[in-house]
Amino acid sequence: MKTTYREALREAIRDAMRRDERVFLMGEDVGSYGGCYAVSLGLLEEFGPERIRDTPLSESAFVGAGIGAALNGMRPIVEIMTVNFSLLALDQILNNAATLLHMSGGQFPVPLVIRMTTGAGRQLAAQHSHSLEGWYAHIPGLRVLAPATLEDARGMLWPALCDPDPVLIFEHNGLYNLSGDLADDAGPVDITRAAIRRQGKDVTLITYGGSLAKTLAAADDLAADGIDAEVIDLRTLRPLDSDTFLESVRHTHRAVVVDEGWRTGSLSAEIAARIAEEAFYELDAPVRRVCTAEVPIPYAKHLEEAALPQPASIAAAAREVVRGG
Amino acid sequence: MKEHLDLLREMTRIRRFEDRCAELYSAAQIRGFLHLYVGEEAVAVGVVSELDPQDAVVSTYRDHGHALARGVPMDAVMAEMFGKVTGCSRGRGGSMHLFDSGHRFFGGNAIVGGGLPVAVGLALAHAMRGEPRVVACFFGEGAAAEGEFHEALNLAALWRLPVLFCCENNLYAMGTSFAKEHAAPDLALRASSYGLAAWAVDGMDVLAVREAARRATESIRAGGGPCLLELRTFRFRAHSMYDPERYRDKSEVVQWRDRDPIDRLIAAMRPDFTDDDLTALETEVAAEIDHAVAAAEAAEIEPVDGLTRFVTSEVTR
Ligand SMILES: Cc1ncc(C[n+]2csc(CCOP(=O)(O)OP(=O)(O)O)c2C)c(N)n1
Ligand SMILES: [Mg+2]
Repeated sequence: MKTTYREALREAIRDAMRRDERVFLMGEDVGSYGGCYAVSLGLLEEFGPERIRDTPLSESAFVGAGIGAALNGMRPIVEIMTVNFSLLALDQILNNAATLLHMSGGQFPVPLVIRMTTGAGRQLAAQHSHSLEGWYAHIPGLRVLAPATLEDARGMLWPALCDPDPVLIFEHNGLYNLSGDLADDAGPVDITRAAIRRQGKDVTLITYGGSLAKTLAAADDLAADGIDAEVIDLRTLRPLDSDTFLESVRHTHRAVVVDEGWRTGSLSAEIAARIAEEAFYELDAPVRRVCTAEVPIPYAKHLEEAALPQPASIAAAAREVVRGG
Repeated sequence: MKEHLDLLREMTRIRRFEDRCAELYSAAQIRGFLHLYVGEEAVAVGVVSELDPQDAVVSTYRDHGHALARGVPMDAVMAEMFGKVTGCSRGRGGSMHLFDSGHRFFGGNAIVGGGLPVAVGLALAHAMRGEPRVVACFFGEGAAAEGEFHEALNLAALWRLPVLFCCENNLYAMGTSFAKEHAAPDLALRASSYGLAAWAVDGMDVLAVREAARRATESIRAGGGPCLLELRTFRFRAHSMYDPERYRDKSEVVQWRDRDPIDRLIAAMRPDFTDDDLTALETEVAAEIDHAVAAAEAAEIEPVDGLTRFVTSEVTR
């Protein structure tokens, strides 16, 4: 069946709402407007305003309300328009959602799912373009997912809802129009493992989310050059499935990490560190990273493009680790 | 009389428990932050006396009174102070983070204002299931300056959710006096501006608090939407054990101590309630506290290899 990433997400929500009456969606403009990225379009008509719940502009209150409802037997899906606005709810996400289970000595799990858009590339300037999923991946108690394919857009939500603990799902804004074929019976997927999206033997390119397509494009470019790159899609940013990328590095002996987050103190740093800790003697070259330039994302197209990882910069980094300099 | 005695017993339990906590703190058996509720007992006891077991309670870091009034066993609260595995949060929370799922006590929250949105969500779940429950959410007047207060009140009123907001106005947020916190001093008026019923109550009078809580919970259970009570009270002791109380005059405290809610209730119970009755009550409470302390001292600690337990749920996925 032909579908898009957006439709796959919608189908996942619809499916979950049908499977479990405790599930409901709440957030800014998820109802009448249809979702700021049109993900929930049509769901209000199908499920009504109790379960497709428009909220006021109160990120902290409606995320906190999602936590409270989850504590009290419901299975809320909270949509935050973008990760940039999630900062207004950071208190609830970190100090409550991620913390209550531990602080209560195991008494209060928070089975909450929060979806939000992340990433740059649409000339929306700094306050709408940041990639902060790496920050969230820093926090014990959260599971952080980044669907990069139609299968994952369709399949990650249900297992996330079944998880007894809070799960954050990051949808890159550049992916909503991604289209392609999805099996008619596509359903829940594993949310614990990274996936090898392209097999190769010369270098391991490790990425996730909105950078996956760029990395695959870079791999095609490298192939034309005789470099056979393996591409790993992390899928789950916390807890990280290190085994998959470490095993890959053990046979390619080279690694490039591609991350739309900033470089300093980042997810890419974590991955590079794990490779250094666990597979140092397997490496034939230092690990390289391709990250977003350390600036607030600028508006002008050429500046925004220059700030972000691109197929050319990814391929250049890979050539460097394969051929040296 | 029986009802009065129950209220008196609960307030006395809290008062004496905290007196003992202060001693244990000085003896370094309790550590961390310790925020005492001394002087404010009528608020927790009056409100909680109107709740059903299926209702829920959300509290702050000043949570001993709410927890004990709610029925969280004193042994488990004291053990938590001692950081023992038998504590009501298995030693993960300490004084500020008492939890008890069995009593639907959703925790002491140490982020000022952080519990309000959670209370709204607990109430949302009740409302979506059509259950006539009340979520009592305690917070200080300082929290009324936080954004989460405003967001939560608006959301609760907008969706007519069964939340009883209990604003404990003890006139200070740490060392910042009420006059330095709020441009408009009428908190009930502020709350009403969000479209919910709100009024001020003498928080030093447990009978008045109970009466107000009864009226509020009846209205909430009947589907009338959230209410806010501004409970005018005072903490007799410092903000926490670290607080040298430089910001207020002793005479202010002395004046408020004249309005001690426990003395006031005893006065109202005279002459039926005799000195002998009082001695009997104090003896009973002291025995409970002695037991809690002895049990906490004797209790086991969590083995260190359990350090990272409860970060995520212990279930097979
Ligand atoms: C968000 C946040 N800011 C600051 C603090 C530090 N702090 C702890 S208690 C407190 C005063 C709160 O006053 P109030 O809400 O009136 O409650 P009370 O302590 O009087 O019961 C402050 C500033 C905090 N814990 N959380
Ligand atoms: Mg105060």
